[in-house]
Amino acid sequence: MPRDEAVVPAPVRRNGSSRAAALAAAARRRRRLEAVLPWLLTLAALALWEVAVRGFAIPEFILPKPSAIAASMVKWWDPLLQNSWQTLMTTVVGFAAAIAFGLALGTAIGSSSLLYRGLYPVLIAFNSVPKVAVVPILVIWFGIGSVPAAITAFLLSFFPIVVNVATGIATVEPELSDVLRALGARPLDIVRKVGLPRAMPFFFASLKVSITSAFVGSIIAETVGSNAGIGHLMIVASSRFDVPLVFAGLVVTAVMGVAMYGGAQMVENRTIGWATRGMPAA
Amino acid sequence: MPDSGPARSARQDAFVELDGVEVLYGGDGGTLALRDASLSVAKGEFVAVVGPSGCGKSTLMRLVTGLWPASDGNVIVAGREVDGPLSIAGMAFQNPTLLPWRTVLDNVMLPLEVVVPHRGRLRRERAAYEAQARDLLSLVGLAGFEQRFPWQLSGGMQQRTSLCRALIHQPALLMLDEPFGALDVFTREELWGVLQDLWLARKPTVILVTHDLREAVYLADRVLVMSARPGRIVAERRIDFARPRRLAGTYAAEFQAVVQDLRDQIDESRRGDGQGAGDAA
Ligand SMILES: Nc1ncnc2c1ncn2[C@@H]1O[C@H](COP(=O)(O)OP(=O)(O)O)[C@@H](O)[C@H]1O
Ligand SMILES: [Mg+2]
Repeated sequence: MPRDEAVVPAPVRRNGSSRAAALAAAARRRRRLEAVLPWLLTLAALALWEVAVRGFAIPEFILPKPSAIAASMVKWWDPLLQNSWQTLMTTVVGFAAAIAFGLALGTAIGSSSLLYRGLYPVLIAFNSVPKVAVVPILVIWFGIGSVPAAITAFLLSFFPIVVNVATGIATVEPELSDVLRALGARPLDIVRKVGLPRAMPFFFASLKVSITSAFVGSIIAETVGSNAGIGHLMIVASSRFDVPLVFAGLVVTAVMGVAMYGGAQMVENRTIGWATRGMPAA
Repeated sequence: MPDSGPARSARQDAFVELDGVEVLYGGDGGTLALRDASLSVAKGEFVAVVGPSGCGKSTLMRLVTGLWPASDGNVIVAGREVDGPLSIAGMAFQNPTLLPWRTVLDNVMLPLEVVVPHRGRLRRERAAYEAQARDLLSLVGLAGFEQRFPWQLSGGMQQRTSLCRALIHQPALLMLDEPFGALDVFTREELWGVLQDLWLARKPTVILVTHDLREAVYLADRVLVMSARPGRIVAERRIDFARPRRLAGTYAAEFQAVVQDLRDQIDESRRGDGQGAGDAA
């Protein structure tokens, strides 16, 4: 990215360009290594796993080999796909609701000290309730299906968003809001022009935490009260002692989680490059 | 009111006027930041306020701009009692407080999105406003930096940008709270010249808070000296050097004499103030 061009040209003058070129090449090599390292590590871990399971002759219903999991994924690709689609949809619905609600409530709490003092303790109390325990209640209210799953995904994921957005807005420099208020800015102006943009890095940080929680929420709800989704599939598989399929469900879930995380990261890099002063975010 | 007699006459064409103002932070038993503070600033005048740290200089700025209410006394700006944020003042602080997600140009244009006559016109007359912002930026030596982001600029350049932001809507009142306090000496002295040029070009009423007596004498028509907390104006000195003033002039004997004189006045007022407060109590 533009990083090299910005850093390297300065010392070029004296020693000629060979040293600069060497530095640039070293930086390129390093970035390539950084890019492949996660893949290498994953492959190594899988290989180790395979070898260990074979070497110690661990039975399949305790810990299946990666190759067995892969075979199971191929064999059951159709139910896997359908159920993961179901899970993805409920998660996305719950997560989207969490974003909308989190942004709205976070903005309100962050821009009003009254709401901050009044509502914040209530939120903390709410968040310390184990929400998994709420799932049976949701099932009673809404019946078996994707509604309890979406709601659980929402309940598990909105809190970090609220807290982070509120923090970003509440910590606007007092001098900056003085500058704007002395110009006749209304509170809403300050929130729109300064508070919300400034809260965006906090917001995206919270999204990356929340999306994982949203998946946890919908899958847990599916294991308790649903007849579709990856959670349901894993419960059915484990009741049949089809452990490779259970693991296949885990793999699919992980892939979806990473994909959503990557999406959030991409939007983040595009919208708030300023927060990392032009460097791509880690 | 022993001081109301002689002061009244000087207040005829006052743009900013404080009369026996008291500011209390945090209710009863809180911090008394200002007590019996009175001053008056004429339209188009450049006034510097100096005083020990924590004496209430920033409080004075917040008071005049209506960002903080007086617990006693009157604050009058442009002929009207101040009872809420002014909506006409340009402000700049020691910390440039630029928005890192906006370019220099967009930072400078921020007030236009807020101030009333401009916010409605900005979309239609964007080009004209943008030209104004570019002119202002080139006046402070930032031509060519319009599309940079604040974090790509040096501290001095950020402070120039902050000055432009304070001036873009052509405010009648410019409030500067130690705007050069965090800069190195060379940059600071350079920006004195920049600020003087900006003021000479538009003649807003300026109240500048500073720690630096040379800065005060170089820039101001009048220097006001504040006492230690609770702050009030205890002395003032008119500065009559011709404009535009040159940096070289600050090393001349007359200039040094005024600075020295002011320093003596501050020392004296501190001592005198201690006794005065004792008498009053
Ligand atoms: N928001 C506030 N709440 C309580 N006390 C304050 C507040 N702002 C300033 N003070 C107090 O008022 C006094 C004057 O502060 P300030 O006007 O910032 O001084 P200066 O700018 O001259 O250094 C200080 O003692 C400070 O601690
Ligand atoms: Mg101050």
